[in-house]
Amino acid sequence: MTTTTLSIPRIWDRPKSEHGIWSWIGTVDHKRIGTLYLITSFIWLLIGGLEALLIRLQLATADSTLIGAETFNQLFTMHGTTMVFLVVMPLSAAFFNWLVPLQIGARDVAFPRMNALSYWLFLFGSILLNVGWFTGDSPNGGWFGYAPNSGITFNAGSGMTFWAIGLSILGVASIAAGLNFTVTIFNMRAPGMSLFKMPVFTWMTLITSILLVLAIPVIGVALIQIGVDRLYGTNFYNSLAGADPVLWQHMFWLFGHPEVYILILPAMGIVSEVLPTFSRKPLFGYEFVIYSGIGIAFLGWFVWAHHMFTVGLGPAATSAFAISTMAIAIPTGVKILNWMATMVRGSIKLTVPMLFSISFIAMFTIGGLSGVMHASAPSDAQQQDTYFVVAHFHYVLFGGAMMAIFSGMYFWWPKMNGYMLNEKIGYGVWFLLLLGFNLQFAPMHWLGMDGMPRRIFTYSSDQGWESLNLLASIGGFVIALGMLLFIYNIWYSRRPANRVEAGNDPWDARTLEWSISSPPPHYNFAEIPQVEYRDDFWYQKYPELLEHEDGHPAPSGAQDDAEAAESHEEDGHDGHGGHGIHLPDMSYYPIMAAAGTTIGMGGLMAGYWVIIVGGILGLWGIIGWSLEPVNDPDPEAEH
Amino acid sequence: MAQEAITEYHGEVHDPTYNTSTGLSNRKLLMWAFLASDVMFFGTFIATYLIYRNRSLVGPYPENVLDIPITTISTFVLLMSSLAMVLALHYTREDSKGPARFWIAATAALGGVFLIFQVVEFQTFVNEGLTPRTNIFGTTFFILTGFHGAHVTVGVIWLLFMLFGHFKGTLRSDNALDLEIAGLYWHFVDIVWIVIFTVVYLVTANDGAPPGAPPFIHHG
Repeated sequence: MTTTTLSIPRIWDRPKSEHGIWSWIGTVDHKRIGTLYLITSFIWLLIGGLEALLIRLQLATADSTLIGAETFNQLFTMHGTTMVFLVVMPLSAAFFNWLVPLQIGARDVAFPRMNALSYWLFLFGSILLNVGWFTGDSPNGGWFGYAPNSGITFNAGSGMTFWAIGLSILGVASIAAGLNFTVTIFNMRAPGMSLFKMPVFTWMTLITSILLVLAIPVIGVALIQIGVDRLYGTNFYNSLAGADPVLWQHMFWLFGHPEVYILILPAMGIVSEVLPTFSRKPLFGYEFVIYSGIGIAFLGWFVWAHHMFTVGLGPAATSAFAISTMAIAIPTGVKILNWMATMVRGSIKLTVPMLFSISFIAMFTIGGLSGVMHASAPSDAQQQDTYFVVAHFHYVLFGGAMMAIFSGMYFWWPKMNGYMLNEKIGYGVWFLLLLGFNLQFAPMHWLGMDGMPRRIFTYSSDQGWESLNLLASIGGFVIALGMLLFIYNIWYSRRPANRVEAGNDPWDARTLEWSISSPPPHYNFAEIPQVEYRDDFWYQKYPELLEHEDGHPAPSGAQDDAEAAESHEEDGHDGHGGHGIHLPDMSYYPIMAAAGTTIGMGGLMAGYWVIIVGGILGLWGIIGWSLEPVNDPDPEAEH
Repeated sequence: MAQEAITEYHGEVHDPTYNTSTGLSNRKLLMWAFLASDVMFFGTFIATYLIYRNRSLVGPYPENVLDIPITTISTFVLLMSSLAMVLALHYTREDSKGPARFWIAATAALGGVFLIFQVVEFQTFVNEGLTPRTNIFGTTFFILTGFHGAHVTVGVIWLLFMLFGHFKGTLRSDNALDLEIAGLYWHFVDIVWIVIFTVVYLVTANDGAPPGAPPFIHHG
């Protein structure tokens, strides 16, 4: 089929090795790329956590001089940027990569090389963002980088330029990933899997991908604008030339609020898989959960100015945005009720992933309620820029997104790695994280109500904020202990002496990824599954439940399906056992194109020769890529 | 053997039967989704231009530099390139080699003429004292139209690759989808220009100095 006759001279052979470093550099396998995302973003999680601990050390006592104002600015800027763009988003991407092809019964994503490109751009962009730690000039304008404060007039260092360029590269990575998963989910579902038979996690990935495709360009334009302002002296955010000082806020939050849902929708997808599995019931109101997800994503575009109630937009705009913000609580509340109703009268198993998912519901509800308080503009005027807001968004992003991500880690770890994470240690991780999280962030509600402002590097002892701040700092170190215990859990569980093999389906779960071996073979499915029902794998295992749970008549061929499922489990006994399945070949061009792009864009700050080097590398990567066939012709099949 | 197996992995494959859930080829769906993304990209730049209308504190203002008659010609050239694109795809599908190559070349050439118009326009504006640093109008105008020009440049290069592929025999009627996808991009870039021409040239071309700002006096 591949009849491309164009080619450029090969300087090196196409990567073939299945082991060692080159097999990772050249990989286009969605599972390996998922693992790369997982490891990279977990390292960033530790670094971002370290930044948070330094912040908490500084704030633990009044009048502290431990860090100083400028370093403090850099720390909270990079803590926020890291946690949003280098931790929660790529951790979600790790799950997208690992799970979406498995859940829809596909052998890979639609564009495997573009998938690798997304990862490498993410890796290089994230490094560029952090270069400032070594030049002593880190970004210091807050994670939302408000212009004109972040413009060259008020912020002359190179930090915010690195920030703009680094985030632009991450933006390209996100758009590419969003496009890839949109096409994958629309086009590569197994036969019979209509949209409303897809697992909820896949659905939330689809919605998130569409949000990425549409929202990232908005921040991309804002970053280009601030970038050319800083590099070339244009006037987008130059107030002296008549620029609007509020424009950046509109642009940032027009991106930033859909971004909030980009962070939380995958988390909602994870708990929507975990809760039914451990309640041994189908998700309550599947359609409601899906439509609520779509509703949240749609309404998310009309609420951005609730971040700007104190800017002075006037009563009409403020009221409109207050109402739209309150409206978004409705689909969110629907989901929370659905998750709880899923557990009602279920046979609940309190496994570690289940505990994290239940904690997600509780913590996210608290964060959601304080969010509704912000939606009320007069109330928000009191809360704006105080620790109350910090408490709110940590309850939705840590108590929400991170709890769900940990739930997903414990839930899918056996599928990804073939062994179980030790459950006893897991309970300890859950307990420490939940305890530390609440110790750290619950006091911030009171601090905020008492008027403690965000982003100040210290406070005086006569303000009465010392004990609550100390409590919050202690909570931070409890979280750190939980993280260390999680790492220990991995180390402990993978030791041969303690290793507990996962088998195909350790949780007796519902979706297709559990029908194949753990870890899955390179080609995922020896035979592409035929899907008849929502949670098809569950009904292959328990055909007698069909009538009872869904009101569907029991399928006539249910028994055959169950047998077919068994034969799936025994790879190699189903006709071709993975032989003759052609997957896309590995390629070096994605990493080359990503490196070229990063060097070229970083070169905007360094000089023309760097741009030229990056440009040549990038063009070489792109042209080589476009002329490289997806699969090299099979030498055995040539005629 | 190989052919059958590749079709099973229904991914990035040049398979005319599009063995996908929607029946659309992956790459075509990718291009449509990308264009949706690009709508947001240009939409944000155009919104910035409109929000920043009449905010320049010094000249030149739009009325001092924008030339609707000249730009109408370049707009016409770009729109004709879309017609050429349609014909190029038609003849490629029919396997009429000569006309197909002629119209692919014509599309690229018309795009190139448009770019020459843009370069000359930029040069003229600079000579008249308007650069991206001069004022708000200069900043928003050059960056918006500059990014559009960059899109046209990418399109021209893409079409030249297509032309080359047609001569080499890698672009044929059975994979005319390659050209169709380039065409989607090309038509989109044209549509964006229609919006830019309307918004920047037709709507704001008569904007002079806003209240309180000095009128522009051309020196030289």
